[in-house]
Amino acid sequence: MIDKRVRSLADAVAGIPDGATILCAGFGGAGLPDALCEAVIEQGARDLTVVANNAGTGRTGLAALLATGRVKRIICSFPRSSGSVVFEELYAAGRIELELAPQGIISERMRCAAAGLGGFYSPVSVGTRLAEGKEHREIDGRMYVLEKPLKGDVALLSADRSDRWGNLTYRKSARNFNPTMAMAASLSVAQVRRIVELGEIDPEMVITPGIFVDRVVHVPV
Amino acid sequence: MPLKRRQIAWRAAQDLADGAYVNLGIGLPTLVSDFIPADREIVLHSENGVLGVGPAPGDNEVDWDLINAGKQPITLVTGGSYVHHTDSFLMIRGGHLDLALLGAFEVSEKGDLANWTTDDPGFPPGVGGAMDLAVGAKEIRVLVEHTTKAGVPRIRRQCGYPLTAAGVVRRIYTDLAVIDVGPEGFVVREMVEDLDFPTLQAKTEATLRAAPDLCALRAPAV
Repeated sequence: MIDKRVRSLADAVAGIPDGATILCAGFGGAGLPDALCEAVIEQGARDLTVVANNAGTGRTGLAALLATGRVKRIICSFPRSSGSVVFEELYAAGRIELELAPQGIISERMRCAAAGLGGFYSPVSVGTRLAEGKEHREIDGRMYVLEKPLKGDVALLSADRSDRWGNLTYRKSARNFNPTMAMAASLSVAQVRRIVELGEIDPEMVITPGIFVDRVVHVPV
Repeated sequence: MPLKRRQIAWRAAQDLADGAYVNLGIGLPTLVSDFIPADREIVLHSENGVLGVGPAPGDNEVDWDLINAGKQPITLVTGGSYVHHTDSFLMIRGGHLDLALLGAFEVSEKGDLANWTTDDPGFPPGVGGAMDLAVGAKEIRVLVEHTTKAGVPRIRRQCGYPLTAAGVVRRIYTDLAVIDVGPEGFVVREMVEDLDFPTLQAKTEATLRAAPDLCALRAPAV
């Protein structure tokens, strides 16, 4: 019997080792697994690398995890947005390392890892500072840079519905990075608003099939 | 009179082709969605996985699961759809968008775009989807105020700030003019009425040429 449901947030994030790379889904506040981020604070892992599009807002969720000082490095496309106070404080104090990468490149690097590929050549960032140090290659007259796969030890996800097999659906633009991150980590954990009976989700509506999901925890809105 | 920000957005909207798939960058370009001409169907793409961005919701209709690239609440038009991030950026990088309207700090006469960092040590840089959009959409147009508040030209021979992409911008909408970027540099297509060409040139670092059919840049009070 397959049952990926866990009883508590603590069970959901159990076993994350020090030094782990955590893929944190969400775009702004949409699709952001804020309860799981806060559970990682209690869990206690340190020296973390976080991959997230934004660096948290306010002082809850991802921002609260950053505020513990246990995230040494963040891979991010747009860390500064309104309310990203915690990140800005850490950055100004030199207490967090920032790897800035174009948004679609972060996403495609994770897809590459998910698909078992060794990287890809991309025209994005050619001729800019972000291409410095990367292998360049001309293909059919256009210049590209090599981008390597980006794999997570853990993915923290936020979805709308799940069943006990871990099939996930999302709402609207809260889908964002969740499906790609679910596929790109060794351990994928989803906080979901509703857990429904197996068979209740129309198979045509499943966006992330359960093969990519390891643990599901119910976090009502 | 220089155009106001909403008038710059209105002017850019008039050039959108019926049936076009268009990405609006954050800031000034986002305002374009308010001025889509009524006789055209334009599908607006938002990088966070929305195809068919609709108008801002009413106060009672805000749904924080439905936001745009600037993290503002939006609606979805009839016929719209949602995709995940990797597919959204496949649309962007793979040449599936007809046009991206972007903001800028500076544009050069070669069409270089600088819009992601001013190297201010007090602010961490943020690139977001700008570099993907700048090389991926079929065409790039920029909406920008002609100079900074301090009067420093943003339309330049070379960008002083770090580049987002080289040689990609084809048209610029400013508060003073509509300028094409061609093989021989900047060509002014339209200019606000109470301005003479030498004054426009003085507010521009690069050399401008007037199009043979240079006409007045007008926008309604919007």
